[in-house]
Amino acid sequence: MDIFVQQIINGLVLGSIYALVALGYTMVYGIMGLINFAHGEVVMIGAMVALFFVKAFSGLPVVILLPLALAAAVCVCMAIGFSIERIAYRPLRHAPKLAPLITAIGISIILQHLAMLIWGRNYHAFPPVIPVSAHEIFGATITSLQVFIVLIAAAMMAGLTLLIQRTRLGRAMRATSQNPAIAQLMGVNINQIISATFVIGSALAAVAGLMVSANYSIAHYYMGFMLGLKAFTAAVLGGIGNLAGAMLGGILLGIIESLGAGYIGDLTGGFLGSHYQDIFAFFVLIGVLIFRPSGLIGERVAERA
Amino acid sequence: MMTFSFDSLRQDKRAAIAATVGIGLVLAVFPFIVGSALGNSWLRILDFALLYIMLALGLNIVVGFAGLLDMGYIAFYAVGAYLYALLASPHFGLHLPVWIIIPCGAVLAGIAGALLGAPTLRLRGDYLAIVTLGFGEIVRIFMNNLNAPVNITNGPQGISSIDPIHLGGVTLAKPLSVLGITVPSLHAYYYLFLALALLIIFVSIRLQDSRIGRAWVAIREDEIAAKACGINTRNIKLLAFTMGASFGGVAGGLFAGFQGFVSPESFNLMESIMILCMVVLGGMGHIPGVILGGVMLTVLPEFFRHSAGPIQQALFGKILLDPEALRMLLFGLALVLVMLYRPAGLWPSTIRRREFSSGTDKEGA
Repeated sequence: MDIFVQQIINGLVLGSIYALVALGYTMVYGIMGLINFAHGEVVMIGAMVALFFVKAFSGLPVVILLPLALAAAVCVCMAIGFSIERIAYRPLRHAPKLAPLITAIGISIILQHLAMLIWGRNYHAFPPVIPVSAHEIFGATITSLQVFIVLIAAAMMAGLTLLIQRTRLGRAMRATSQNPAIAQLMGVNINQIISATFVIGSALAAVAGLMVSANYSIAHYYMGFMLGLKAFTAAVLGGIGNLAGAMLGGILLGIIESLGAGYIGDLTGGFLGSHYQDIFAFFVLIGVLIFRPSGLIGERVAERA
Repeated sequence: MMTFSFDSLRQDKRAAIAATVGIGLVLAVFPFIVGSALGNSWLRILDFALLYIMLALGLNIVVGFAGLLDMGYIAFYAVGAYLYALLASPHFGLHLPVWIIIPCGAVLAGIAGALLGAPTLRLRGDYLAIVTLGFGEIVRIFMNNLNAPVNITNGPQGISSIDPIHLGGVTLAKPLSVLGITVPSLHAYYYLFLALALLIIFVSIRLQDSRIGRAWVAIREDEIAAKACGINTRNIKLLAFTMGASFGGVAGGLFAGFQGFVSPESFNLMESIMILCMVVLGGMGHIPGVILGGVMLTVLPEFFRHSAGPIQQALFGKILLDPEALRMLLFGLALVLVMLYRPAGLWPSTIRRREFSSGTDKEGA
């Protein structure tokens, strides 16, 4: 039972990080209908910037240091997100669908190796500036950092939902995702809205980046790849283009992965070990898509005439 | 033969024969020119370029002809390579001849293709992309971990000392002596790969012009309309997966014999993406374009690898930036620039180019 609760907690933490990244994928997909393949690398850049900011100013008190590091990461990522859209996507908006996919792959190769040039190819440890206290619930331990991660992720998701549902910008975003041409006729500046989408998604990615590097105390120029892949899987799992779907998919995927890693050894009598963790994400995804081809709560898209 | 501007050749038989003989001669002496001018490392790259052409043409059937976005294509390459490695190495003590293994690899990869295709028939576009990507990762993770409790793939260490390709009593690992001319090993592999690449090109062209090829294009353009025209979309799509995968299986077997070593690292997602880039960058669905893409994306990173260090050395007197990072940076930049300036690929087919110039392509590919 303890292991079960522990794995659920770990899964929840991992899942809220996935959810934040998945939101970035799903927002861009909802508005432009394309996979922003470079999004995982934005998370990596966020993690790296935050880590090195903390390293550089580790003398400051934590209460000031972390928000500053976060602000730095968010600013850098927003700028990168904005530039990605300008450079790789905007010129190709009317090109065949695979062309922006290739530019996105190109951009992610560029970001990855730029990070390798700047920060080297080693693993970097996150400085132990955050005081971590462990709490016990139902026989499992949860650290204060993990509580923070879940709370902040929840707050950000709530904030994003409010932004999309209640504000003028959100309304314009929803209109654009329904029908860009009509939205434009109604006076929505499509270019601005698409830029805003990328910037907001990248800000969420920066937050997720800080969370990952702080929680696992490590950052690496290659970390964005697998993380992005998992988060994209989460977005598809929930139904890509759907915000609630991304959140649900992220958290579900996190929990499934932790439970899977915790129990696979027992279930298969030691035949398969926890190094098969990465397989779960994909098996679950394939299973869900076979029975619900548009994700868990994705709408059934009408076949194009 | 090819649909591009070779139309004039079609009418003039003699010119066609002359061109074929000319191209044949160039291809025949090419390894000797490359070998003496640039050395053996570039000869190896040339051999790899031929392997990648086979892979790109295989993926072209799935992505270019049938319009099914497959991002786990490297899995079939892995199936072919591991089959060769298991059946012709000291790992299991088996040493089967190559003419049994390569066809088996093609069949097995084809079956894997059908297995992947069957559950994904209902998916389209990006959903298909992510499922195939997941499939590729699953295959790789299994290869990485199937060393316990029963050692099948030898895990992350991979399988080494694989038998070199040998035909009859002749092995390609040592220099051959044909009619008094000594053919070094790398050259011999070149001719073998060239022969198989030409076979695959021939099959691709014949498929493209066949009933099946036209059915694929119909599905790519509009699946519902294709169905309404009486095309059995399920079988035709499965056939696309199977055919594409079997090309990958052949290339994989050759790779294992050529390299003498396979490990899961050679079959990661980046490789799948690379092959996809070859197809898209060259010009989806256009065979000469895809060949060009395959050659370019094999040669370009190697060119950067060979020049990134020395050029810095010459300019600044020392190496300022990590050459490996710099080379991939330039490569990424090249991908972006090519797509920005030629969104339909470097050498798109005339039909697709016409679609672009009239500006009626709303949905894209």
